[in-house]
Amino acid sequence: MTDLTTTGDTFTRAAGTFQRSPLPKSDHHHGFHPAVNVGTAERWASLAAGGGLVLAGLAKRSTGGLLLAAIGGSLVYRGWQGHCYAYESLGISTAERHEATGVPAQSGFKIERTIAINRPRAELFEFWQNLENLPNVMSHIQSVTVQPGDGTQSHWIADGAFGRTVEWDAEIINIREGEVIAWRSLPDSQVDTAGSVHFESLPNDRGTTMRVSMKYNPPAGKLGASIASLFGDGLEQKLDEDLRRLKQHLEAGEIATTDGQPHGPA
Amino acid sequence: MKAICWYGKHDIRVREVPEPTIINPRDAILRVTSTAICGSDLHLFNGYIPTMQRGDILGHEFMGEVVEVGSAVENLQPGDRVVVPFTIACGRCFFCQRQQWSLCDNSNPNAAAAERLYGYSGSGLFGYSHMLGGYAGGQAELVRVPFADVGPIKVPADLSDDQVLFLSDILPTGYMAAENANIEPGDTVAVWGCGPVGQFAIQSAKWFGASRVIAIDRVPERLKMAERHADAETINFAEVDVISELRERTGGRGPDACIDAVGLEAHGSTFDALYDRAKAAMFMATDRLHVLREAIQCCRKGGTVSVPGVYGGMLDKMPFGAAFAKGLKFAMGQTHVHRYMPTLLERIQQNGFDPSFIISHRLKLEDAPGAYEMFNLRESHCTKVVLEA
Repeated sequence: MTDLTTTGDTFTRAAGTFQRSPLPKSDHHHGFHPAVNVGTAERWASLAAGGGLVLAGLAKRSTGGLLLAAIGGSLVYRGWQGHCYAYESLGISTAERHEATGVPAQSGFKIERTIAINRPRAELFEFWQNLENLPNVMSHIQSVTVQPGDGTQSHWIADGAFGRTVEWDAEIINIREGEVIAWRSLPDSQVDTAGSVHFESLPNDRGTTMRVSMKYNPPAGKLGASIASLFGDGLEQKLDEDLRRLKQHLEAGEIATTDGQPHGPA
Repeated sequence: MKAICWYGKHDIRVREVPEPTIINPRDAILRVTSTAICGSDLHLFNGYIPTMQRGDILGHEFMGEVVEVGSAVENLQPGDRVVVPFTIACGRCFFCQRQQWSLCDNSNPNAAAAERLYGYSGSGLFGYSHMLGGYAGGQAELVRVPFADVGPIKVPADLSDDQVLFLSDILPTGYMAAENANIEPGDTVAVWGCGPVGQFAIQSAKWFGASRVIAIDRVPERLKMAERHADAETINFAEVDVISELRERTGGRGPDACIDAVGLEAHGSTFDALYDRAKAAMFMATDRLHVLREAIQCCRKGGTVSVPGVYGGMLDKMPFGAAFAKGLKFAMGQTHVHRYMPTLLERIQQNGFDPSFIISHRLKLEDAPGAYEMFNLRESHCTKVVLEA
């Protein structure tokens, strides 16, 4: 797979100096500009509110009006530059949480969760050993097909952003009976991903803890691509919910739901 | 089918809705024969419980006849007559296996919402907000019961609906309140609230060996009920100061255990109660905890405060210093109904205990909107409404 189905303008932008500030694009070629510490939506809000205040202040033609306009001007600056001196002095940055991605662009996505499941270790290991079980409980994975051969290679299809799908081939790279299963995508996959699950028995028959670790990197050679552009927003929440469903499936034998139950007309 | 639906504060309607179907293998469908309005339904009626949605089907105290079972339900058959616990529990998680059924890990499809508020989520409940599962309730002609292989208890034909219906919630709730109170022989137990849960807590406290039970309310017929059925002493809080009265009656030591069977909608005329009321009215607080404060204040040193009354949010002006200084123990939570049902059914069946004495009104399902109103205002000596579906 050489190209992406998820092409978008994020992939075509020049990499390097480009700094998560897709809003006002003017400042990246200047020699100096203060670090961006205000989030995108907040910058737009600052621009809008600041502009309004400048106009309203100037219209007043009074000292108070000038003050208002000055405050408005500082908001416009804050919105344009993405830098807030008040935030700086307080050590705050709202730019870290990029609204569109959920994770910083140009970097991977990693989630690690530990979940205690009230079942014996061998049973959990067996469940994971058959990767084709995963789509039953992992909502963002559509299918996993184990390839013919030694059973270590598999083809994954997952839900992508905007109704598209993301596919990759993976191989099991480490397996120790009852302890760990680890996998990673094959080179040249559409997505660079790796994951592992470790199993540990809890004392006094309290079940087993599963430590699930998943990492997604944007496609190699596609600087500027983000995981959100592949999978959409909220991948972390999806994985959290998936693990909850997995636990329900393994413990209760079914996944609790109210979908399809009656309801009075709203 | 007909169902009782929530449409907002003080807005309950009878609606025609689709019939429920089996969704999961461990489901069963019941034709409801009797369902009751719970005091905690009034918290929904009065708009105190968040995450309700227009059209939600209410009701968590119900019983009926099995009409259909899912492929994994082997212990029930169509035609079986059962009472259903209001807490929905899988029976297989860490908590269920420790008999803490109302803390089930696997029955709340909206656990993430409860986790944001509480850290971890309890079990799903029937008809009691989306944060607690969003399950359609049993104030309807038919109801879907999840995990039906571990929840519903079969009841013998010679017991009437009235005799067994309260196994679904309030009888086990009163019983667990007494169990949580760590009662020892010779103890004096004070119970705030003589509604149905209070009545059963008073009775259960006697079963657990309390020498004296002091019942506190302001409704004379409810106090009389506690006297008549459980030989309780009474205090009418509208007439006397509860704190000094309890001190006097216990030789200055205080009750060994205090049970708050009122919860977040406490009434009172003291300053703190008015403060709560004002804050709640301005949406600055959710819970009015006058009773809880009083119970903490009254309880003897080293005693236990047991809380079957429902609380939902952050408690304001909670006298934690008093609780600490006196070394109190606290126990609370939704009822582990599954755990108590067999014991209590046995009490009804073999020991002749008849919980139906609390019923004041028997109405039809479609009378529910008026019944909520009446129960909420405590009109017509209303203590408990049973609806026939």
